Amino acid sequence: MEYILSFLHQHIDLIYIVILSIFLGVEVISRVPSVLHTPLMSGANAIHGVVIIGAIIVMGKAEPDNYLALIIGFLAVILGTINVVGGFVVTDRMLEMFKGKKK
Amino acid sequence: MGSSILSIIYLVGSVTFILGLKMLSKPDTARKGNLVAAAGMTLAILGTIFLYKVDDVPLHNYGWIFTGLFIGGIIGVLSAKKVKMTAMPEMVSMFNGMGGACAALISIVEFNHLVASGATTGGMVAIILLSLVIGAVSCAGSIIAWGKLAGKIKDFSFNGQHILNLGVLAVIIGLFVWLVLGVGATASSLVVFYTILALALFYGILFVLPIGGADMPVVISLLNSFTGVAAACGGFLYNNPVMLTGGILVGSAGTILTILMCKAMNRSLKNVLIGSFGGSAAAAAAVGGKEQGNYKEISLNDAAVVMAYANKVIIVPGYGLAVAQAQHACHELEKQLEERGVEVKYAIHPVAGRMPGHMNVLLAEADVPYEKLLEMEDANTGFPTTDVVLVLGANDVVNPAAKNDPASPIYGMPILEIEQAKVVIVNKRSMKPGYAGIENDLFFQPKTSMLFGDAKKVLQELLAAIKEV
Repeated sequence: MEYILSFLHQHIDLIYIVILSIFLGVEVISRVPSVLHTPLMSGANAIHGVVIIGAIIVMGKAEPDNYLALIIGFLAVILGTINVVGGFVVTDRMLEMFKGKKK
Repeated sequence: MGSSILSIIYLVGSVTFILGLKMLSKPDTARKGNLVAAAGMTLAILGTIFLYKVDDVPLHNYGWIFTGLFIGGIIGVLSAKKVKMTAMPEMVSMFNGMGGACAALISIVEFNHLVASGATTGGMVAIILLSLVIGAVSCAGSIIAWGKLAGKIKDFSFNGQHILNLGVLAVIIGLFVWLVLGVGATASSLVVFYTILALALFYGILFVLPIGGADMPVVISLLNSFTGVAAACGGFLYNNPVMLTGGILVGSAGTILTILMCKAMNRSLKNVLIGSFGGSAAAAAAVGGKEQGNYKEISLNDAAVVMAYANKVIIVPGYGLAVAQAQHACHELEKQLEERGVEVKYAIHPVAGRMPGHMNVLLAEADVPYEKLLEMEDANTGFPTTDVVLVLGANDVVNPAAKNDPASPIYGMPILEIEQAKVVIVNKRSMKPGYAGIENDLFFQPKTSMLFGDAKKVLQELLAAIKEV
């Protein structure tokens, strides 16, 4: 119990961010027209690719002889980059097609 | 100095994600919003590479990192550029799965790291495990969803599947708690760790397999928010605010988006996940036993005449149009009819195609003016004054069973009430049922005629025939 409390205490600023972000996410999205559901989902998909930062950190702090970390981290960087780059490019392609509609 | 710049970069990154999402939810600013978020992401990635420090030591292995970024970037751009507009949903699902896999891989390295350093802190173990489980479920689930949308994996369910799912989930939670509270990160707990990984992957597969293909968009959206949460776990792990905000924003926005999508189909999330479609085999059999009567076919020339002399034509596009890549041919037909003084509109069902907004994207690609696209409510008030409705490869979204037959698995879904129009012409490849796997009474009604064939080919022939009328 004491253990959980001290963990929460140590990370209290992060927990604030979590709670505020939850409400922010809900607020930002509500009342989106159904036309935009697909691009929005795809855009959000690209944003969670921010996990790539974790992969870069794993890779960057791995000791040169720690092959497990190097290989898995390398794979993680590739997958994360595909998520980010592919996600943003695909979203842009979708939205590009809407451009002519406001004349 | 470096780390204070980095914290400001992370702040800017977080703000761009919020702004980006906000702009993405409005049609006028959506494209810019996407670019804003992408710029923030680039900044955060570069900042991390060059300014991040672990115990005052900067990152190394730059060669590996940049090679990885390069390979991933090339694959990402190529696959995103090459994918056909019709296969967009699959692609998003695949990208999502990769994000999930990335989170799970990070967990594997960090857990091994904890084991090696001997520092057993329950909080950290819990976060690593959470990221592992969610990432793995999301990855395996997304791959199954991708396979279903691409038509590579069939719906599959068996008796007691829900019980098995719950059982697997219970075992995962049990092992999770045991690791966090009891064993911690020791060399012997690695076996348990990998068992959890395997079970989580297995659960991801089991979770998506029984859900019907028509519900995949909802599932992808849900898995998308899962991956967001997995990314946020990384934020805790590295005390990294930009991962935290990005992840949680997607987690919560994705959940809301999932619920909105369910609402557009007039179904609850629970209904989608437990799967009323899963039980549709029995319902389909019941419907199949009913006398369906006969359908009648119409020749190309007759269809051309009926349309050419109509006052008002409404086109209802569906997945068949997308598969046949017939959006351009469709626009040509519309222009030809307009030249003859026929009023042409498109009726867009919110979930026509395989994803909400799918048809809007396709028709926009063919330069169909935005004003011609009617949303469902407007279209439904317009059908009684419409002479001809041309259905192009749509099925479930015009099935009157959703209104009339409480036993139907799609009962309650709002539909386009095209039977209000004077004449209905349905273009389909065959009499096969649509994605929900149920028969459509509409095709057997006296005012309905069938025009079989690939949508693109039929539209081109129809166009030629109308020119000759």
